Amino acid sequence: MRLEPIKNPSLARKIVPPVIALAATIVIASLLAMVAGANPFSVFGLILNGAFGSKFAILETLNRATPLIFTGLAVAVAFRAKFWNIGAEAQLYAGALMAVLLGTGVLPWPSVAILPVIVVAAVLAGALLLLVPAILKTRFGVDEVVTTLLFNFIFLLFISMLLEGPLKDPMGMGWPKSARLIPEARLPRIVEGLRLHWGFALAVIAAIGIWILQTRSTLGYEMRAVGLNRDAAAFAGIPVNTVLVKTALLSGGLAALAGFSEVAGLKGSLTLDLSPGFGYTGIIVAMLALLNPLAVVVAALFVAGIFVGADSMSRAADVPTYLADIMLATALLLMVLAIMLTRFRVVRD
Amino acid sequence: MEIIEILFTASFWAAAIRIASPLIFATLGELICERAGVLNLGIEGIMVAGAFAGWMAVYSGTGLWTGVCVAMIVGMLFGLLHSTLTVPFGLSQHVVGLGVTLLATSSTYYAYRLALPEVTSPPKIDAFQPFEIPILSDIPLLGPALFSQTPLTYLAFVLVAVVAVVLYRTPLGLAVRAAGENPAAVAAQGLSVTAIRMGAVMAGSGLMAVGGAFLTMSAFDSFFFEMVNGRGWICIALVVFGSWRPGKALLGAVLFAAFDALQIRVQQTSLGTLIPYQIFLMMPYILSILALILMSRRAEVPAALMVPFNKGER
Repeated sequence: MRLEPIKNPSLARKIVPPVIALAATIVIASLLAMVAGANPFSVFGLILNGAFGSKFAILETLNRATPLIFTGLAVAVAFRAKFWNIGAEAQLYAGALMAVLLGTGVLPWPSVAILPVIVVAAVLAGALLLLVPAILKTRFGVDEVVTTLLFNFIFLLFISMLLEGPLKDPMGMGWPKSARLIPEARLPRIVEGLRLHWGFALAVIAAIGIWILQTRSTLGYEMRAVGLNRDAAAFAGIPVNTVLVKTALLSGGLAALAGFSEVAGLKGSLTLDLSPGFGYTGIIVAMLALLNPLAVVVAALFVAGIFVGADSMSRAADVPTYLADIMLATALLLMVLAIMLTRFRVVRD
Repeated sequence: MEIIEILFTASFWAAAIRIASPLIFATLGELICERAGVLNLGIEGIMVAGAFAGWMAVYSGTGLWTGVCVAMIVGMLFGLLHSTLTVPFGLSQHVVGLGVTLLATSSTYYAYRLALPEVTSPPKIDAFQPFEIPILSDIPLLGPALFSQTPLTYLAFVLVAVVAVVLYRTPLGLAVRAAGENPAAVAAQGLSVTAIRMGAVMAGSGLMAVGGAFLTMSAFDSFFFEMVNGRGWICIALVVFGSWRPGKALLGAVLFAAFDALQIRVQQTSLGTLIPYQIFLMMPYILSILALILMSRRAEVPAALMVPFNKGER
């Protein structure tokens, strides 16, 4: 078999493969639920209800989506330029670390300045963390996939070292946990009384900002050109390495905001289990959104809904929560295939 | 000077060889995939799946070698999934690889939870025991290090030679290497690039899974979450460090493992108690990055690595 590009894909061509991919994902998840001895209809009912069935559930889903929007944007920005940042997890913790370093009462500044300073510091920390793999790539030709992946392990150990050493909360009863942020360093709630903080609004604003950058600015154009064809971009006079470094700085900064918003908006302190893999899940979010920053928001809500829903489904139906991870990995693989099939036809030799 | 003393103990070198074994399997597996032109980022998840599948098979009552075969078959199935998406369909090897890692890891954890819902500490199996090779194991220092290992470790070393011979001395190996260097030439010979690449990814994934199974069936005797812990990613670095050659990859794996064994021992010395243990745990990852930087200039990357081959295009 071989693949043949389709000149003018019909509407059905554009819609049918993704729909089949989604349906197949649901079928596979249903079979797995049946293996666990559960009724697939009730499993999906429980997931939906747990994700969107009540005011509490919806707020929980929005909260869970917040870090995923940031890491999803970080991945979308990087992958668009074919810079494979798999290190959003480490950059997330870099942002969280800044929130704790600056937000626990060490700054002698007026309280209105504290949050903006922390945001800038978090973005810089994440950007700098990704700058190292970016420079290793552009200067030494070291593949960024492996370096960013390995950085995740190194940085988490670094955080663990700090939490058991200088950052350890003396009031934490021996747990490796940082001191709590002072109230001025916390992100306030959007509406008083509702458990949803400004981190979510910030994430949506970031998505719109990235969309404008990608569609309306020279840098956005250059990033796309570098991603489409590095050699052609270089030939057209685009400074490829500079664009890659800028992409990395932007991507690392966005991922760091996820950690900042989790600490400042939700948790109030830093622990080693701050992120249950938000950095890696960001890859799924970005791919499901086809790397479109606005679609990242929708994809993050979808992915967060599945996770939140699966948590409550698991308690009720006795099906392991890992069903959610399987569903998302399956959706990722099938969706990448489906998107390709909207543009290519499989021809038999 | 405690460190020098450590270097001359047989138990240190025995540990180094033991730590190297799973890395040797998985690095060989990744090397075969990449030699054929496919980057397999599914490695981390495939190792998790292999670790569980082999252990679970033995726990359910099969023999140890049957368990190894089960792990290999599970690995090959994930290899089939990976290569179907990346070779004939030519999808992004980065995205598919990460997707396969996520899928293999999550389905393994799902299966574990279903199989053992109520366990707090994971059950143990009767794992592979060290087998002392007569006469050779009596050699001082070298004997206990190299010839008092479990059968799986011997298999790892034998496989390095087998893979090297197949890659460099057989028509099959030539076809695999050519598929990674110049697929158009392979197709011009009337061979199927798709079949060669898919076969290589499946074989390589099988080896990765056996590398994972080493952890649960030889190094330890039970399965727990996070046990692979980035070893797959380290193997990808080892392939680069070894310049895509089995012998050099073996050397890299043993050097790396020796360093890992050393840091465990240094932690227990008077020097080690002064330094936070996390610094020692970081060392393997930092070492991998340094190795990548050191070798990246010299490495002879397969020319068609990560380049999909579509017969329609010219």
